[in-house]
Amino acid sequence: MAKRSNNRLSSPQALEALRESIIKARDSSQTCLVVCGGTGCLALGAADVIASFRRELKERGLESKVSLRVTGCPGFCERGPLVVIKPENILYQQVSSEDAAEIVSATVKGKIVDRLLYTDPDTKKKITYEHEVPFYKKQKRLLLGSNSNIDPNVIEDYLALGGYAALAKALSGMTPEAVIGEVKKAGLRGRGGGGFPAAVKWETCRNAEGDTRYIICNCDEGDPGAFMDRSLMEGNPHSVLEGMVIGAYAIGGHEGYIYVRNEYPLAVKNARIAIEQAEKLGLLGKNILGSGFDFSVKISRGGGAFVCGESTALMASLEGKVGEPRAKYVHTVEKGLWEQPTNLNNVETWANVPLIIKNGADWYGKIGSEGSKGTKIFSLVGKINNTGLIEVPMGVALKDIIYGIGGGIPDGKKFKAVQTGGPSGGCIPESLLNLPVDFDELDKAGSMMGSGGMIIMDENTCMVDIAKYFVNFLEGESCGKCLPCREGLKRMSQILADITEGRGKEGDIELLERLSAILIDTSLCALGSTAPNPVLTTLRYFRDEYEAHIKDRRCPAGVCKELVTYSIDEEKCPGCGLCVKACPSEAITDMGKKKPVVLDQEKCIKCDACYDVCKLGAIIRK
Amino acid sequence: MTTKNKPTKQKLTSILNSYERDPGMLVAILQDIQAEYNYLPKETLTHISQGLDVPLTQVYSVATFFKAFSLKPRGRHIINVCLGTACHVRGAGRVLEEIGRQLDIKPGETTKNFKYTMETVNCVGACALGPIVVIDGKYSGQLKTDKVKTLLESYD
Repeated sequence: MAKRSNNRLSSPQALEALRESIIKARDSSQTCLVVCGGTGCLALGAADVIASFRRELKERGLESKVSLRVTGCPGFCERGPLVVIKPENILYQQVSSEDAAEIVSATVKGKIVDRLLYTDPDTKKKITYEHEVPFYKKQKRLLLGSNSNIDPNVIEDYLALGGYAALAKALSGMTPEAVIGEVKKAGLRGRGGGGFPAAVKWETCRNAEGDTRYIICNCDEGDPGAFMDRSLMEGNPHSVLEGMVIGAYAIGGHEGYIYVRNEYPLAVKNARIAIEQAEKLGLLGKNILGSGFDFSVKISRGGGAFVCGESTALMASLEGKVGEPRAKYVHTVEKGLWEQPTNLNNVETWANVPLIIKNGADWYGKIGSEGSKGTKIFSLVGKINNTGLIEVPMGVALKDIIYGIGGGIPDGKKFKAVQTGGPSGGCIPESLLNLPVDFDELDKAGSMMGSGGMIIMDENTCMVDIAKYFVNFLEGESCGKCLPCREGLKRMSQILADITEGRGKEGDIELLERLSAILIDTSLCALGSTAPNPVLTTLRYFRDEYEAHIKDRRCPAGVCKELVTYSIDEEKCPGCGLCVKACPSEAITDMGKKKPVVLDQEKCIKCDACYDVCKLGAIIRK
Repeated sequence: MTTKNKPTKQKLTSILNSYERDPGMLVAILQDIQAEYNYLPKETLTHISQGLDVPLTQVYSVATFFKAFSLKPRGRHIINVCLGTACHVRGAGRVLEEIGRQLDIKPGETTKNFKYTMETVNCVGACALGPIVVIDGKYSGQLKTDKVKTLLESYD
């Protein structure tokens, strides 16, 4: 097989023959330990778990019987490091390197390590299989589902699952127009945020005048709290590449770029390896699968500028210039990179393309809602029990995501809002929990889909602070080219700082609204024109919190430092002294055993350390 | 991570050549140079400008526009505090303040002994573990203010 891998495949038949030989050489009943090597699990110590498994298998001479596969993110980050035993799909969660020996012993005996199974918090019962865990059960994982069957650095894994069959189908049996027609019929909308119909973009780019056409994959996932593109690029880079090649064929482009954030080193590495492997097999490069079609892809790393997610800024950065956007009188599909027609789609959009071509537009059109077809990946983060990546059909109700999949809010706290759409999005309150999640419904609620971040906020989240957070974020990321964005955000930031620091005055809210209207109407690019969204939605749904800050000098959530004081609940404090040790400013004094501690307001720097360590709720923050 | 050896012409030329002296790859070239020297020494910018035949002003504007680049020498350990939304709602701001207090520096600054540089990052995409701090590429998740001191003391 190694020898064949060095040969470029000259036809779709050769690809099928290679696929057959790969599948034949594999024993699907063989036990395989699948360990998540995604960024979340790695941060939780997955590298040690992987090393321990490797050692165990070697020492026991099991390497030929039990295989080990390190994959991308399956989504359940909250419970990482995650290990799945295939083919049974037994899920072990929060695995540490010390558990490796026990897992290997149990697995070879056909037994299960009970203590590492997931316990359903509702029924208190242990759940053995991955697909039975509520977090996974209620999802539809067309894209993410493959991650646990693929080592992203092994192209054979992707081929064994039918990879590049869609490309072969497009190149051998479909005209470029037919490919565009199929994507159009499927109703695929761009997953980067705007939801623009992908096929319309492709068609315009194909018909635009130019010497060449560029194809770009936007993996500059700048929205804080969003990491779906990262996980696709890390976990299944070939699906993205396959989508790009199909798109390039349809559009008539021969050169492509993947623009990746530099903060995603693993995505850069895996994409690079995937490109090399695809080139070796003739799935990329000259004369792809013997069809005469050429397409090559380069990787470009971003420099840490949020505005580069905007297409014209991204293209400026690709040309080696400052990432400033330009006005779009002429669209980038007509004049983009180096003044040539350029088609840019985001990672998730590209990853959907092979599915559509392989299974057909009719199949795809059955998934999702009326105006938004297919599935969408969301990163479910913040104050939620099951943090992670989820994939659901478009149109699912918000509450089914938050409570059904996310398992609700931790520590019995009350849900307050969900923020979608990144810094350009908005906050959706409890009263709209029945909202079906798709492009159009989120727009109507004053928010947007964005790239798919969903940040859950509870009663301890201050909505004015959140608005301030986003405005500050965007003020820092504004490129400074146009005045409304540069100056407007600065003023909005100052007003919000006043409100949260106890200097708010009457008229501030109205001023924020006026500034917002100006930014929306006059900013050069979408960064500025959508920047007021977090302010406007929090004003729309949580105006009373703004008023409490301004009129009563009070932060109802207990977040805004200047408006909050800390004190000791003497009834609840047993004098354990944990807070005394934690306090960095020696503001808390131990009064002896079983006596409540004493807090000196003069010395208190409101760092929250005592509040964090006290498990008895004896620190009052309000 | 240290303030490494002085830039040599050979090294710079080899970096430029690895990108075929393509002006479009300026960001990547700057990234490689920063990886090599821990920051962007002044003379490297001049060298790039000549090597790629682009104005020094353009090199400088790109080097100062993107957050990832530093024109000042940085510390042996680079602390990146994630200020993504998920980390923010879980108290990342307080963690940032506490690290700054312990080291007596503000974001973007370096301690006098060049041991630490503290920077902020918009999101590292490990939101499940917020608040998260990345030191020299190593992630420390679910970091509360009371654990900051011990974490910092574990570096020499």
